[in-house]
Amino acid sequence: MKNTLRKGRVAAACLTLLSVSVLSACGSGDDDKKTEAVEKIGKTEGKVSILAWPGYVEDGSNDPAVDWVSAFEEETGCEVTSKSYGTSDEAFNLAKSGEYDVIAASGDLSLRLVASKEAQAINTDLVPNYANVYDFLKNTEWNTVDGKNYGVPHGYGANLLMFNKKNFAEAPTSWGAVFDKAELERNKGKVTAYDSPIYIADAALYLMKTQPELEIENPYALDQEQLDAAVALLKEQRQYVGEYWSDYLKEIQAFETGDSVVGTTWQVIKNNIKNKDVDVTLPTEGATAWNDTWMLSSQAKNPNCAYKWMDYILSPEANAQATEYFGEAPNSPEACAKTVDPKHCETFHAGDQEYAEQLWFWRTPVKECLDGRTDVECTDYAQWTEAWTEIKG
Amino acid sequence: MTLSPLSRRVLAGLTFGVLALIYVPLLVVVANSVNPSQSMTWPPDGVTLEWWRRAADSAGAREALVTSLQVAAVATALSLVLGTLLALALQRYSFFGKNAVNLLVILPIALPGVVTGIALNNGFKGILGVDLALWTIVVAHATFCIVTVFNNVQARLRRMGTSLEEASADLGAGVLTTFRLVTLPQLRSALLAGGMLAFALSFDEIIVTTFTAGQGATTLPIWILNNMFRPNQAPVVNVVAVVLIIFSIIPVWLAQRLSSDVEGVR
Amino acid sequence: MSATSSSPSDIRPGRTTDPALRGPVARPGSRLLHRMVWLRLSLLLSAPLAWMLLVYVVALAALLITSLWSVDSLTSEIDRTWTFDNFRTLLDNEVYRTVTFRTLGVALAVTVIDVAIALPIAFYMAKIASPRVRRMLVVAVLTPLWASYLVKVFSWRVVLSEGGLADWTGLGSPGYGLTAVIITQAYIWLPYVILPIFASLERVPDSLLEAAGDLGAPSGMVMRSIVFPLLVPGIVAGAIFSFSLTMGDYITVNIVGGANQMLGNLVYINAGAANNLPLAAAIAMIPIVVMLVLLTAIRRTGALDNL
Repeated sequence: MKNTLRKGRVAAACLTLLSVSVLSACGSGDDDKKTEAVEKIGKTEGKVSILAWPGYVEDGSNDPAVDWVSAFEEETGCEVTSKSYGTSDEAFNLAKSGEYDVIAASGDLSLRLVASKEAQAINTDLVPNYANVYDFLKNTEWNTVDGKNYGVPHGYGANLLMFNKKNFAEAPTSWGAVFDKAELERNKGKVTAYDSPIYIADAALYLMKTQPELEIENPYALDQEQLDAAVALLKEQRQYVGEYWSDYLKEIQAFETGDSVVGTTWQVIKNNIKNKDVDVTLPTEGATAWNDTWMLSSQAKNPNCAYKWMDYILSPEANAQATEYFGEAPNSPEACAKTVDPKHCETFHAGDQEYAEQLWFWRTPVKECLDGRTDVECTDYAQWTEAWTEIKG
Repeated sequence: MTLSPLSRRVLAGLTFGVLALIYVPLLVVVANSVNPSQSMTWPPDGVTLEWWRRAADSAGAREALVTSLQVAAVATALSLVLGTLLALALQRYSFFGKNAVNLLVILPIALPGVVTGIALNNGFKGILGVDLALWTIVVAHATFCIVTVFNNVQARLRRMGTSLEEASADLGAGVLTTFRLVTLPQLRSALLAGGMLAFALSFDEIIVTTFTAGQGATTLPIWILNNMFRPNQAPVVNVVAVVLIIFSIIPVWLAQRLSSDVEGVR
Repeated sequence: MSATSSSPSDIRPGRTTDPALRGPVARPGSRLLHRMVWLRLSLLLSAPLAWMLLVYVVALAALLITSLWSVDSLTSEIDRTWTFDNFRTLLDNEVYRTVTFRTLGVALAVTVIDVAIALPIAFYMAKIASPRVRRMLVVAVLTPLWASYLVKVFSWRVVLSEGGLADWTGLGSPGYGLTAVIITQAYIWLPYVILPIFASLERVPDSLLEAAGDLGAPSGMVMRSIVFPLLVPGIVAGAIFSFSLTMGDYITVNIVGGANQMLGNLVYINAGAANNLPLAAAIAMIPIVVMLVLLTAIRRTGALDNL
């Protein structure tokens, strides 16, 4: 506390000085950003700062039984500090502060980090456990740019369709359950959807399959006209939505009580619901999905400990613990062998290539169309965000 | 005042009725802290002490509690000093710009938290270029806590009048002596009341805190926010809330006793 | 706030003998002291004023300036060229108007409900209850403040859910939506409204009410012409609290508000998620303007001087 106070006084003094030049003293240069991969790992710094989804970096302080950080600290001598974030968008801002060495990023964040030069390329030779990772997760469009690898895969999962059997004569097999007007009418006020601009891709995926004349090739590459169509669909859906969810307890509870009866979900949410009438399915249209990768900050102050962490968390033991706790598919067959629940990988379809092929992993929409079109300009994430505000009204 | 017995009874009924209603959601929290369902569905289908056991083991909650107490204590101390100075200046002197200063004190609490939050966030990061930390929370909290101390002290000063201070000065006491021996003792209960409210405001603040907390600076509300939405952790949050309610009765009761004792002496 | 039952002797009702006019130690004519008064005043004022100006006013000014900037969509860095684009977006886009009115409506409803509930309770506490009961009631009002805000909001989510306590007891639940937001917010901020009204009522000396009664004024008239005017400052303070706290909230609406969003959500999303601080700053100007207009209007009535 003493330290805090001293810092407070110093800051007050700075404030006095700086308030004179309010406008001039902002922003930091790009000089301290290092985007090239390193050749070898140096001496560890003794600490590492991690930014991740809740449940990815557990040190036992929340639940003594859930702890894979302490083992890492003992093994490497790198003291871990971590912060968890609620949405990819929040993480983007936190990452830009430069306070974090390693970031667990979903596909809707990773490319944004690379584009804004916040990510450092990774030399996968220095991450021995990378060899185990499923091949179809390696060198993908959301973790590799211009042949340079910017992230090592952690785990993945799909945005599934969850429904209450009581409200459906027969189990729905299509996203029409949440997009088709006739279907929606039956569950008015009890439909739920993921509260993020990236959910626009779910609508685009449905349009891609049901309205071929829109010529959507990739739900993350929408030109203005295609985006407008998706937005119109979502605005219509909005009339029937009871609530949007972004934190998962909210959805678990809503399905338990019956406040929500149909909507997008994650497998882990389904697993936490005791209500036997609630079930999930992967609709025929396929689904959007996330695949998280560990990325290295270009402003990393502790790159060596960061490499140690990436290797550690990719190890079968740690990866199994972390992905099982969060509720997603692990990144390697070796990790699948280490899960506490022997059926974990089966439940989450880990390594199931056929299953994975139906998934459209989250990516960041950018102006340059991701599907390769060059004759039009696509809509970027800022436009999606604006559209999302309008959809919610 | 001459109120008919009926209207007295109506008022009493209303007061106790509403206060009872105020406690219903709190009872729900208590019930959920022993509810086996981790998503807290109603009605509970059993009783478990599992969450209490886990809460007792939660180092994260304990650390967050200590952090919150520290932040609230320092922010309250700062606002006690600043608020009292301001109240003395505004109540005992008249000067140009007095109205503007008065408005300025109210502003941090009168403007929505989200505005104060992003203004300070932008101020710290954009203008000062400092990293957010624990002290940035303290500065933010002190800023909006000043007004509670200010309000209480100002009201007391207005009621006190100046006759005692004048008498003290007439008898030859210096300005500081008069303040220490005459003004301050009379302010004691006002300071206590203002300080308590400031402490409570800071202790439970989440919106401004979210915007001004640095990495690793986890106050209790932030810990709760981080854990509230995790299926395995949410019931533990309920336990923490129950513990808070129980322990809060002690300082609130003590403060009440203290302040009325002070009044009694006067 | 404090459970003071002041003896009537040290109360100076009305503003006729405002001590502020008399200086700290009233010995007018002494030049030396006159100079000392200014010295003392600046000693008293410098620290708090410096704090408020440097921490808060500078931050608000910077926010205003930021609202006149924009974000480069390619680099997502802030582009410091002056532009009114953000404000044009706010004006042109219907969604911002809808959300603003929704937010003001909710804040107003919460304030009206809270004041209506708080008035009789505060009156009972201050004027009817015995000192012992009064002390207990103050404790009862203060205690819920310590149960975390988030926990209380989530508890309302449980109460209002389908088959939750509200349904279960047969009262029926409005379901998640704006009504739920109003109920929850009115609940959360109620103590903050009761306390200032209670405090201002306590300052009304019983003797004043008794005198009015002895002179034959019916209790309705006593209420109207004596109690109520003295209450105004307390009501204003409580109303400002509940109005502004509701206007800036984005967490309650997330938890019990169904699919609705309020101004706070838009500021939060743009500042964080959308990484568009300039637009967030521009949206933040809406509540700032609303509050400044309100405070100025209230100042005209003189209620603020007694806050």
